Amino acid sequence: MTRVDDETLIRLYRTVLELRQAEITLAELYKEQMMRTPTHFGVGQEAVAAGVCVALQKSDLIYSHHRGHNHYLAKGGSLDGLVAELYGKETGCSRGRGGSVHLTDLSAGVVITTAILSQTIAVAAGTALAFKMDEDSRVVAVFFGDASLEEGGFYEAINYAAVKSLPVVFVCENNLYSTESPVGVRQAPGTSLCERVRSFKVEAHELDGNDVFAVHEAALAAAQRCRMGQGPVFLECMTYRWLEHVGPNYDHELGRAYRTREELESWQERCPVRRAGERLVKDGLAKPEELQLWLDEANAVIQSAVARAKDAPFPNPVDLFDYVY
Amino acid sequence: MRTLSYSRAISEGLVQAMQRDENIFVTGIAVDYPSGIFGSTVEPAEMFPSRVFDAPAMEDGLTGIAIGAAAVGKRPVIVHPRNDFMFQGFDQLINLAAKWSYMYGGQAGRVPIVVRAVIGRGWGQGATHSQSLQSVLAHFPGLIVAMPAMPADAKGLLLTALQQDSPVVLLEHRTLYGHEGEVPERPIPIPFGRAAVWREGSDLTIVATSLMVHEALAAAEELMRHGIDAEVVDPRTIRPLDEETILASIRKTGRLIVADTSWEFCGFASEVAALAVEKAFHALKAPVRRIALADCPAPVSQPLENAFYPKASTIAQAGLNLFGSNSTVGEIDHEDSFKGPY
Repeated sequence: MTRVDDETLIRLYRTVLELRQAEITLAELYKEQMMRTPTHFGVGQEAVAAGVCVALQKSDLIYSHHRGHNHYLAKGGSLDGLVAELYGKETGCSRGRGGSVHLTDLSAGVVITTAILSQTIAVAAGTALAFKMDEDSRVVAVFFGDASLEEGGFYEAINYAAVKSLPVVFVCENNLYSTESPVGVRQAPGTSLCERVRSFKVEAHELDGNDVFAVHEAALAAAQRCRMGQGPVFLECMTYRWLEHVGPNYDHELGRAYRTREELESWQERCPVRRAGERLVKDGLAKPEELQLWLDEANAVIQSAVARAKDAPFPNPVDLFDYVY
Repeated sequence: MRTLSYSRAISEGLVQAMQRDENIFVTGIAVDYPSGIFGSTVEPAEMFPSRVFDAPAMEDGLTGIAIGAAAVGKRPVIVHPRNDFMFQGFDQLINLAAKWSYMYGGQAGRVPIVVRAVIGRGWGQGATHSQSLQSVLAHFPGLIVAMPAMPADAKGLLLTALQQDSPVVLLEHRTLYGHEGEVPERPIPIPFGRAAVWREGSDLTIVATSLMVHEALAAAEELMRHGIDAEVVDPRTIRPLDEETILASIRKTGRLIVADTSWEFCGFASEVAALAVEKAFHALKAPVRRIALADCPAPVSQPLENAFYPKASTIAQAGLNLFGSNSTVGEIDHEDSFKGPY
């Protein structure tokens, strides 16, 4: 394993920070009821998106799911395009036809995000099949949640990727909940997702999904393995979403009992942004003033994107039929 | 012009398209086996072994694989030996491929996948191996659905499908693979949304799909013996639908029978009936008749099957009834020439 250089460590920190500031800003604005699209915020899960996407080349492609803002931004998707899409504007990345769960930015290698849990997993494998047929060295990464392993589509795709030795990095964000269903009602006690995946003869690793540096190293190794034609890799990243399943609120504020405030706080103590920042300071790669500067920069960027999105025009109703095949 | 079977016509079309476009590949269960989907993929598999390959039984996943390959420039053809297996791929096909262009505002490119799926009837195919899914599929904006009845159309519509930038489903009838007809040797695409009028007539319009085109043509011959001159219109594509040709025929004849390979409830026959009453109401001289499957799942036992599937005689009898005739239809029904076990 080659040591990750200092510049990349800083980039990883700045990426989790930017994702965090974007999502908490958007979540706060969401309460204004002007973003008329069901929105699944990824606050708390930034390290997975940042760790994997920074490990990929610009020309590599990613697919993601309904909680896809982090992945979209981490891969370099247009922030303006995302924010305008949430506001339903013509300048949105999907021209206001897709909303929060249907994002795209081909120029950044974000093919699509979709709302059906396991849907993009097979699609990612199909893109990898095309790369393999063309002897194209690009890699495909696909993000999905733990509940995708309850749908048949996952098993069809991972079996196919294994049979064909396809260059796919399967990234499972295991945040322990499917909407409000805890893992305990969805999996038998003692279940290991990695064990399931290994039975398909696919390399699988369980990771601390709140440690952006650990995720990054594992993703680098996985992408390298894919590029060498050694087949797919599955990364199970243990993480936690702070906000409700869909929407900008904390569950405990709404009196929901499916998880406790104490559980949330125990995960907030493992905040991926703070942990990464502390490591940079400890290793002498950044001073606390620099962290503050980067925070201010991230806030300024998101605020100006919001201002542009709010000012942007809505699609014209006469264009309702545009983009139908 | 030389004649080819429906199966050979598809094979020839595939080979010609694959010679021109190296991005085309064909996959699905047993596409590279000696039997090759009623013979239609045998020659392509021989000529392009790396581009015609078997797949695990994964109808949902395989449709997703095709979409993902198409998203980066491939032109996948996936084949279902029975269209009933497509149900498992509906999420990918209908919920993703058909909507891809629209829900990403045209910004995520196109996913031009082609799905070939075999429909069938008779010989005890039973409830889960004899459906005909055109109405379900065509319901969704974004999906093209074609039903070739003639060998030339099987080739020409496939060639068009392989040049589209959107997903296309081709529903091929099992009974038609051995059917012979004139087929141009050159690869001439047949445009979608253009119906064929296989028989011109002045008294009655029969709009028919797939195998029912042949039943309608036999019915039209019988009706002629009773002095009724029927026109047989084959829409060839369910979506897009050539409304103009259908309406022009209805306005000419004033009478309409729709004969489809599926059920009438929420079905294609009902769609055409609605088209007639909305846009050609004043031309109608008689009620519209729908000829479709009996309203139950497909049975197996032969006497039940005989009662379940409409045939040439069913159409002809309906035609006679429309004219208030008490005549009886002759022995015009084809024997089911299909041989088992598959």
